[in-house]
Amino acid sequence: MDKYITTPITEKVTADLKSGDYVYITGTVYVARDAAHKRMIEALEKKESLPIDIKDAAVYYMGPSPAREGNVIGSAGPTTASRMDKYAPVLLDLGQKAMIGKGKRSREVIDAMIRNKAVYFAAVGGAGALLSKCITKSEIVCYEDLGAEAVRKIEVLNFPAIVVIDREGNNLYDLKDKEN
Amino acid sequence: MIRTIDVGEITEHIRQMCIETNHRLSEDMNLSLKQAAETETSELGKKILDQLLLNLEIAKEDNIPICQDTGMAVIFLEIGQDVHFTGGLLEDAVNQGVKKGYEEGYLRKSVVGDPILRENTKDNTPAVIHYSIVSGDKVKITFAPKGFGSENMSRIFMLKPADGLEGVKDAILTSVSDAGPNACPPLVVGVGIGGDFEKAAIMAKKALTRETGEHSSIPYICDLEKEMLEKINSLGIGPGGLGGRTTALAVNINSYPTHIAGLPVAVNICCHVNRHAVRIL
Repeated sequence: MDKYITTPITEKVTADLKSGDYVYITGTVYVARDAAHKRMIEALEKKESLPIDIKDAAVYYMGPSPAREGNVIGSAGPTTASRMDKYAPVLLDLGQKAMIGKGKRSREVIDAMIRNKAVYFAAVGGAGALLSKCITKSEIVCYEDLGAEAVRKIEVLNFPAIVVIDREGNNLYDLKDKEN
Repeated sequence: MIRTIDVGEITEHIRQMCIETNHRLSEDMNLSLKQAAETETSELGKKILDQLLLNLEIAKEDNIPICQDTGMAVIFLEIGQDVHFTGGLLEDAVNQGVKKGYEEGYLRKSVVGDPILRENTKDNTPAVIHYSIVSGDKVKITFAPKGFGSENMSRIFMLKPADGLEGVKDAILTSVSDAGPNACPPLVVGVGIGGDFEKAAIMAKKALTRETGEHSSIPYICDLEKEMLEKINSLGIGPGGLGGRTTALAVNINSYPTHIAGLPVAVNICCHVNRHAVRIL
């Protein structure tokens, strides 16, 4: 079912999302991948505050190619989410409500999602040129030295994604396996 | 007769190939994606394949890389033994081409200088270069930037001779099945059978640069490629891993003699953005 949602991703938003829904996301989304997650978790371990407002946030696992002059961003498709599995539960427990990536998640992440009423979306892997067209603003928030892995705050307009795991833990990848 | 080639020529070709391969897929890949979109039976699968085709159009028209992971530069250099290079070190020339291509092409710099310390080299060098010496006075450059979403799902199996052909089939199916949605299906599956540990892996990588639709000239390998493609496409993984028939576009297998005690099998997985270009100097 096609649905249009707007960030922040509150509990009210996730209540209406079911595994298999095709959604179009609009609003502010944070961008972070491996190296940025590692730093954010290290900051938390040192009792420092996070560089982003994690409550009801959507985090897109992505590292863009450089923007050409006149463009907001370069190619901007999802990266493999399982590499963030080690870090995701901590952030979900702090209030993050949505993750956007591609591929499978660990049991620990799914448990943290159920516990915190969060959802996991997949964007189409390898469609970075197409997805870049849905990004209307992009700015680096922190960790600029990480280059493509810096944390960004982006604005998206009707960004297409699929609910793979909903907040009850229903997993589209598993459902598909059962059918075959 | 010895033919002299200035390494500056190599730099320029590599520079161009970095930019070209990351913005437009080769005709064979384009065609197989189009065919898949026509035959896919899953509604969601077809929707995703249509998005991938649209993505290719946008990449070409608007000069945006097809995928943000513009890869680690993998280069096969087949050098005629009658060629003499001048003007500097060949390896430096190749890396200079990669540096220029990735900077001028607005491509992502995805290489870290040390696998543990992990500091970005900021120019996507060094490349992974495979040299071979062949007859003649030509240089064949095969350029294939490799994304790591799929590279991470690649496997090597050191099978026993007794495992035989069935063992090889299991290895291929296990690799694809475990890769599932992570490797951005529809995939191209490169397989190397035989040789030793590293020979199998290099053969698997080289197999990814073969044109889709082309098959091995060895009859039983050709049959194996077709059988494996059919079996992979019956796994139900589908485009984006969200179900459907189009899990792989091609299975390309290379083989080589091996030791009496072994049966190495390498499975190098590539996503649908299987970038490769060839130039002969």
